[in-house]
Amino acid sequence: MVKEIERHGFPVVHMCTVVPISLTVGANRIVPTVAIPHPLGNPAMEPADEKELRRKLVKKALKALTTEVDGQTVFGD
Amino acid sequence: MSKARVVHYINQFYAGIGGEEKADTPPEKRDGTVGPGMAFQTALKDVADIVGTVICGDSYFNEHLEESSAKVLEYIKSYDPQIVIVGPGFNAGRYGMACGTVAQLVDENLHIPVVGGLYPENPGCEMYKRYGYFVEVGNSATSMRTAVPAMAAIVKKLAAGEEVTEGFMEKGLRKNYFAEKRGSRRAVDMLLKKIAGEEFVTEYPMPVFDRVDPQPAIKDITKARIALVSSGGPVPKGNPDHIESSSASKFGKYSLVDIDDFTPENGETAHGGYDPVYANLDLDRVLPVDVIKEMLKAGEIGSLHDYWYATVGNGTSVANAKAFATQIAEDLIADHVNGVILTST
Repeated sequence: MVKEIERHGFPVVHMCTVVPISLTVGANRIVPTVAIPHPLGNPAMEPADEKELRRKLVKKALKALTTEVDGQTVFGD
Repeated sequence: MSKARVVHYINQFYAGIGGEEKADTPPEKRDGTVGPGMAFQTALKDVADIVGTVICGDSYFNEHLEESSAKVLEYIKSYDPQIVIVGPGFNAGRYGMACGTVAQLVDENLHIPVVGGLYPENPGCEMYKRYGYFVEVGNSATSMRTAVPAMAAIVKKLAAGEEVTEGFMEKGLRKNYFAEKRGSRRAVDMLLKKIAGEEFVTEYPMPVFDRVDPQPAIKDITKARIALVSSGGPVPKGNPDHIESSSASKFGKYSLVDIDDFTPENGETAHGGYDPVYANLDLDRVLPVDVIKEMLKAGEIGSLHDYWYATVGNGTSVANAKAFATQIAEDLIADHVNGVILTST
């Protein structure tokens, strides 16, 4: 889906935990996330900290959308 | 002839440990057969013995790749096998990736053959089929009855020291042989046939890379219109469109206008491929609506597309996913969206 949406002309950032799958399906901008059942959260954290973690990940995703890339790029730490 | 020693790799589900709630089970080993290993043992009869089974939860394996790889390899090695069976993983994404990774580990470190079974659309297939004899199997466990004999047939040949030439998906590896005519002659023959409009068979089929070039970056994010899409199944409470928990036939389009934060009352996941507990308590963990709404108010993004799009990427066919994406993209074009955040579980 990432690839097919991007084909229509928008940059797409894929936020996912299993990065090798994202690379296989052809995502160009990839932000690795926390865990499969809770990519954008961590139930072990305090709610405020968890939200802060999510905010950081979303900021990273927006950063990825504003970054020119030549090919598949993983936006790690 | 002594029997070949076989080790079998399976996930927590086939080991009978549990479903998604146990997908975080770390690697373990058990002597002899477990779960589908019994069917393999019956099929292999007096040719091979499944001496041990190595088990790992699908989420655990993928989330702790290095650690689980080392542990699984150590457990497999401890049984001193001559052949390793993985899966079959059907169309289970994480299981397929685990089966493929195990095949690569065994191939590169133990240099013994691996036999597996995957559905061709499983992401583990394209990435790892070169590391083992992967039989094409159906997309769900209902095809176990045909998968076991097909995989066992290859194990039998390997155990007998015979060459395996068919019954598995092309590995994409080159094999040297002596041809009667030299290369230049063969190439000219092919060219002449092509000119004459006759059929010819290439010796080097070009791989098909279906890639999409990255779109240009957004220049100013504070002016950009952003849309949220997810294959993790985030839907309004009650799943109004009845999106299937696996092999989804549709996607949903839901208004974000009245939602600033997901709670157990307004959102849930329709995805059947992971433990839904965390997503059902707070769906922001799958689709970050709370944060994106705050960023919108703070002017960190220009605007937000009024709807989110959700489907379930669990065993969903590539053809369906492609069709959903096209419809979603047309919607986004109409609303002048500049960039998309797509989350997956």
